Formats: sequence, structure tokens, C-alpha cells
Amino acid sequence: MTMTESDKPLLAAETLSKSYGRHVGCRDVSFELYEGEVLAVVGESGSGKSTLLQVLSGQLDPSAGRVLYRMRDGVARDLATLGEAERRFLFRTDWGYVHQDPTLGLRMAVSAGANVGERLMAVGSRHYGRIRGTALDWLERVEIDRDRVDDAPKTYSGGMRQRLQIARNLVTRPRLVFMDEPTGGLDVSVQARLLDLLRGLVSELGLAAVIVTHDLAVARLLSHRIIVMKNGAVIETGLSDQVLDDPREAYTQLLVSSVLPA
Amino acid sequence: MSAPTYNFAYLDEQTKRMIRRAILKAIAIPGYQVPFASREMPMPYGWGTGGVQVTAAIIGSADVLKVIDQGSDDTTNAVSIRKFFAKTAGVKTTTHTADATIIQTRHRIPEARLHARQVLVYQVPIPEPLRFLEPRETETRKMHALADYGLMHVKLYEDIARHGHIATTYAYPVKVDGRYVMDPSPTPKFDNPKMNDCAALQLFGAGREKRIYAIPPYTTVVSLDFEDHPFERYRFDAPCALCGSTEGYLDEVITDDRGSRMFVCSDTDHCETRRALGHKGEMLGTAPEATP
Repeated sequence: MTMTESDKPLLAAETLSKSYGRHVGCRDVSFELYEGEVLAVVGESGSGKSTLLQVLSGQLDPSAGRVLYRMRDGVARDLATLGEAERRFLFRTDWGYVHQDPTLGLRMAVSAGANVGERLMAVGSRHYGRIRGTALDWLERVEIDRDRVDDAPKTYSGGMRQRLQIARNLVTRPRLVFMDEPTGGLDVSVQARLLDLLRGLVSELGLAAVIVTHDLAVARLLSHRIIVMKNGAVIETGLSDQVLDDPREAYTQLLVSSVLPA
Repeated sequence: MSAPTYNFAYLDEQTKRMIRRAILKAIAIPGYQVPFASREMPMPYGWGTGGVQVTAAIIGSADVLKVIDQGSDDTTNAVSIRKFFAKTAGVKTTTHTADATIIQTRHRIPEARLHARQVLVYQVPIPEPLRFLEPRETETRKMHALADYGLMHVKLYEDIARHGHIATTYAYPVKVDGRYVMDPSPTPKFDNPKMNDCAALQLFGAGREKRIYAIPPYTTVVSLDFEDHPFERYRFDAPCALCGSTEGYLDEVITDDRGSRMFVCSDTDHCETRRALGHKGEMLGTAPEATP
């Protein structure tokens, strides 16, 4: 049997480490992520989850190890060898990055339509009507009223901002989305709605995603596989159900048992 | 020499050489903002310190200088700068566009077509077209380096979303020679098309921001727009009340407190030249003669 392209990993981390001077952010992390697969990185705060995400997405240079990404032409490239222009292009076409705080991921002073349209304009779209049409479609998909397209996100609620950030990221049909605590700071009912939306979009678009979260419920709902981190190292990895229902490590057992039963 | 206490054109020779090097680099990379060591000038920032330094660096004793503020030769700013160079460089000054070899301007590009032996020097307050969208200088430099200009269209998109059309009327962004996006600065967008394929050299000086940039003669300058909302030069409702011109850029002047107004050419030299040729606007000559 021959290997088809989608049999090869989309993103591969090879013995990634990042240290800040003597302080270790993450160490010796390896994993592979395939197309359409959702990986959750869980652990308590300070365990190195966010550092890992920033290294994976090329925002921080690793101290050791490398990150390989399979580009649209099928060639796996080391992120460190990409030029700044290539990296930026990747970031606004093939990738998405959803921040915990939507004010970091959105332009708060420009309208929702322009927020969604920015990526399209960045890759050369120059037809106002079509950009706006696409923006309206996406607002609808993330359950934001079409009438709000000309309002700036500073007039939006927290949940709407987060949904707008997701629309802004998905408009170029990325293959991989990084999410840093996408439901953090939202109240429980809004979280549930957002998770539902995310789950729908991920399966509909066949997105691969790396989701950093301390919330095991998020991991259970969205992810196929889970990586558990502690003190910068991966201590357990496996299928989500397996890790959550039958945790092997004492620390994971502690994490799982500290969650209220769903 | 009219003012032996000053070096020719006020600035010392080393400073002029430094500015000329920046200008040469700017001409070599059309639209690129070249940093330079801007000097304190005997005038406040915002009054044309950048333009004055550029003019001082390029002016020679044979040059004839014209200075306009808006389109006018006779406002304080224009008169002062003209006097400044008449005093420090002893050069001839003029108000006639056709006679000038260097034209320093604050906003307008003269209506008369410029020719190859002229240099147009712009006074620029804010040289960075991306500034209001991206406050970080490190980031805007990177964006220029990578020709990452999507953000510029976000601004135009916002205009259409809010006003139904591109409502930016001045400092309208242009792309120079297919590469750098440039802010023509407070120039009204009416004048943008004049920058394209212009026979004269165009130099831009920003004193406070310490940047010089340039458009070499006969360079392509395109105003940014959308396919379905193309760049448009606006039209005025009335012809010039003094010379009857329908082509030029007009100022609206309120003439009483009951809503009367008149439109007159902003380019005073253009208007005077037309009147001398016998063109007559509606309100010309209707003002009562002053009685002694």
C-alpha cells in the first residue's frame, strides 16, 4: 500500500524544548498531528502548555528540537527555516490562532466585517462586495447577527468576540488552528455554546487543531487525543477517552478526579 | 549676499550632504521612507521643517523658489518660508508655477502641469500610511519590508462600510512603482492622479518624524481602491467664482452669515493666470471698489 499525503503528519514536534534562562518552559516534547485531528494539551497553569503552543506556532524559537509542518505542496518544512514572509503567509492562510483574550486576536476599533475580511485582503482580495459577502456568511456560521457586521467588536459581548475571532481565523479555510484556552473567561452557558460551535466547525471543515486548556471538559468534548503536561514535560498521552476514563499517571488521576462529574 | 551671517540656505554643508544622501537613497527606492538626522529649524514642527530641510539641501543660487500653503502663495506659512530662503540663500522667488525650479508645498500640487526641470518638495506631518492602524514602528517597518499591505485595505473597507464610499479625502494611500505603499500626506486625493507619471521630481520631507521619501520622475503612482469601489477624484458643484475654472480644486468660502458661499480656485497662481488670459467667473469684478 502506498502512503497518501494525508497519511503523513501535518504537524510534527521533535524533542521540543524551550527554556527561559534557567527556567524551563517545556522540555523534550514530541508528537505528531494528522489532518482533521484535534489534540488537547492539558495541565495546570504553569505546566508549559502556552509555551508549547507558541513554539509550535513559530512565535517562539525552540531552545532545542524542531517543528515540522507539511505545507500545501506536501513538503514537510522545519518552521525555523521558513523566512519571515513565508511564516506570515502561513499564519494568515493555512493557520489560525485563537487567543484566550479576543482583544489580542481582533482589531477592536474596526468593524466585524473588516476583522473577518482582513485575511482575505491580506492575500489579495480586492472586491469589496465579495469580501463583505464572505464576512456576512461567516458571521452567520458563528451565530452572530448579520446586522452587527458594521459594529466594532468593542460593542460585542465576550462570547460574541470569541466567536468573531474564530470566524476571522477560519475565513481563509486554514488546515490547522491553534487555540489557547478558547473558552477561558466566558461563563458556563456561553462556553457550552462556543464548544458546540467549535465542534461543529472542526468536523465540518476537517480542521486539525491544537487546543491548550486547563478545562478537561473542553478536552473531552473537542479532542481526539490528549497530552498531559506537568512541569514542562509530557507525562501522559493517549486517546481522549482513554486518558480521561482510565488515567495512568497519578497526576492525571488527580486532574481527572478534581473535575466535577459531567 | 543678503545675509552673510548665515551659511547658504541656513543649514551647514555637512548637514546638507547628510540630507542629500538620504534624498538620493529615497530616489533610488521610490516610496521608501529613508530615516535622516532631522535638525532643529527656526520654526515649529508642523510648519514645514521637513520640507524646508529638503529645500535647503537641494537649492542652488540659480534656483527660483515658489512656496504654497494649500494652493496659496500668500498665506503666512508660504510667505515666511519664501522670505526665509530669500534671506538665507539670496535666491529669486516667484509665485508663478511655470517660472519656479523648486516648489515647496504643504498640501496641493499646482494645477499647471509640472515639467522635467522642476522639483516639488512636500512638507509631511505623518509619513507612515499604516500608522493609525498599526502603532508599532517595528511592525510597520516589517510590513513595508514584506509588502504586507492588507491592512491598508482594511482602512478603505472601513470607510465603505461606514460611509458607503471611500471617504478618505486626503492622505489617500498610493502604491509607488508597484512596491511601496506611501502616504502622500495631507495632499487632497484630488491631486493624487497628478503624482502618477509626473515629469518633475517629487521629494517628501517629514521633520518631526525624521523621514525623507521620493517619487522619481515618470514613476507609476496608483491610488489604492477596490474593484467595485474604484478611486474617484471628486467633482465640485460649481465653477470657480473668479476665473470660471471647472477643472481645478476649489475652496469653499462662506461669504456672509446667511448661507451664501462661493467656490474659488485653491491654486491662486492658476486662478490669476486664467484671469489674465481673460477667463471670467461669475463674481469677478462685482466687489465694490475701495474708496479712499
